Amino acid sequence: MSLFDHTVSELHTLLQKKEVSISDLVDESYRRIGEVEEKVQAFLTLNEEQARVKAKELDDKLAKGEETNPLFGLPIGIKDNIVTKGLRTTCASKILYNFDPIYDATVMERLNAAGAITIGKLNMDEFAMGSSTENSGFQLTRNPWDLERVPGGSSGGSAAAVAAGEVPFALGSDTGGSIRQPAAFCGVVGLKPTYGRVSRFGLVAFASSLDQIGPITRTVEDNAYLLQVISGVDPMDSTSANIPVPNYVEALTGDIKGLKIAVPKEYFGEGVDEGVRQSVLAALNVLEKLGVTWEKVSLPHSKYALATYYLLASSEASANLARFDGVRYGYRTDNAKNLIDMYKLTRSEGFGNEVKRRIMLGTFALSSGYYDAYYKKAQKVRTLIKRDFENVFEQYDVIIGPTTPTPAFQIGEKTSDPLTMYMNDILTIPVNLAGVPAISVPCGFVDGLPVGLQIIGKHFDESTVYRVAHAFEQATDYHKQKPVL
Amino acid sequence: MSRISLEQVKHVADLARLAITEEEAEMFTKQLDAIITFAEQLNELDTENVPPTSHVLDMRNVMREDIPEPGLPREEVLKNAPDQQDGQFRVPAILE
Repeated sequence: MSLFDHTVSELHTLLQKKEVSISDLVDESYRRIGEVEEKVQAFLTLNEEQARVKAKELDDKLAKGEETNPLFGLPIGIKDNIVTKGLRTTCASKILYNFDPIYDATVMERLNAAGAITIGKLNMDEFAMGSSTENSGFQLTRNPWDLERVPGGSSGGSAAAVAAGEVPFALGSDTGGSIRQPAAFCGVVGLKPTYGRVSRFGLVAFASSLDQIGPITRTVEDNAYLLQVISGVDPMDSTSANIPVPNYVEALTGDIKGLKIAVPKEYFGEGVDEGVRQSVLAALNVLEKLGVTWEKVSLPHSKYALATYYLLASSEASANLARFDGVRYGYRTDNAKNLIDMYKLTRSEGFGNEVKRRIMLGTFALSSGYYDAYYKKAQKVRTLIKRDFENVFEQYDVIIGPTTPTPAFQIGEKTSDPLTMYMNDILTIPVNLAGVPAISVPCGFVDGLPVGLQIIGKHFDESTVYRVAHAFEQATDYHKQKPVL
Repeated sequence: MSRISLEQVKHVADLARLAITEEEAEMFTKQLDAIITFAEQLNELDTENVPPTSHVLDMRNVMREDIPEPGLPREEVLKNAPDQQDGQFRVPAILE
């Protein structure tokens, strides 16, 4: 039994009753890291000294009895593309191997104000480009359920650390499925919020019109607690939405009677593993018993989402990653005699192949003569994909399907062909293009590997997504199963 | 027919300020060609009267009061610089 088998609200109660201290929780995190990290390799940087100092400070505050935030004193892991003041932030890229941020991301300011304690920074695909965390410039993270398999990506470190019990929860980021896919592969809960729900200030930009930060947790309720703290408008991010943040935990009523669920036929097409299909159909049965009705629908432009995504995300990335030039921060080559050479060699030596490939694809799609044919065309198809969702949401409350076509694949299985790797994201990418929220919750196992159920909601309706996910979770025990490490 | 030639890949790499070897240029040509060929399935769709989406939420021109605020301290900003001198970023020769 680990302390982290408790939910956030149980840990909060234990702290309030003085049955455990905040230092105990931080100790438990580093104890578990010491025990399993050699196998899992989820962390790029640990914040041990600072975390222990902060735990003592917060324990003193707790003794005075004024602190009521549910996250107060709880250890958290942070994906390494979220800037943390004074704590190395690399995006798992050699080009930022020594980057020491001089400010906190808005989500970090909010977490710090709530009293959460940063345990360390978590591995990822370089600049969040990838679906297996194999594109990390530093290390290979392994799936706690099977060490020969990938944890998914790009937030693979975040999902693996939560699944392995190294931290009770973590933050990830999701541009095309990077929270939900690793959550599904590692048997944990991951939410991509509505675009604009959470400030992106301090999230190192990959594709600015798609990126969102979101929580990766053991349970749906924990997820809601974490989203509560990080959500809301931010003057530092003009794309953050000025829309009130509801009480997400209050939405978890357990009552989903009468809700109407849409099940897109396109999400059960070719390439979707039979075991995954059966798990999702079984999940729909569970939900039906809880009083929902579901019908098959069509999201007719789903098959075009992948191509649309790679053109748009790569185009935005090619612009966003222009800032890594060896001038202001990060790696600089020793081998250049003039400025242009310095840019080129710094970038070539600093970026990995997937990042280079996407920068070149984006540069091509935006270049003179190709802009209309590729970039603008993709923007127009994005409109069609968004309309697919709007049409379905006129009649249904949520959309449900698998999170991924298959369970976690073998390390090295898909690294040789970029397109094969991209196919992993066919069920998660449309959600980012439409900007709607979606969660992955555990819904079964295939050959001992977790399967994720994806629940997609209307813009800014995380509450209904959570309510359905929570009702399903409470009716099943998949979330209680843990990998043996 | 290939969608992108070796010469185009080298040109794009140059535009993106990436130095690539001949071998890498060949590898990227093959891979980018496959991705671009895949992306051309979008041409199956008639999008003539479809407006482009650049942003999913209906937000435009988010304004705020123009109130000057202090920026980050110079020494902090220079802290991560690979090279600096006299409070400025230092780079190799721009003019030969």
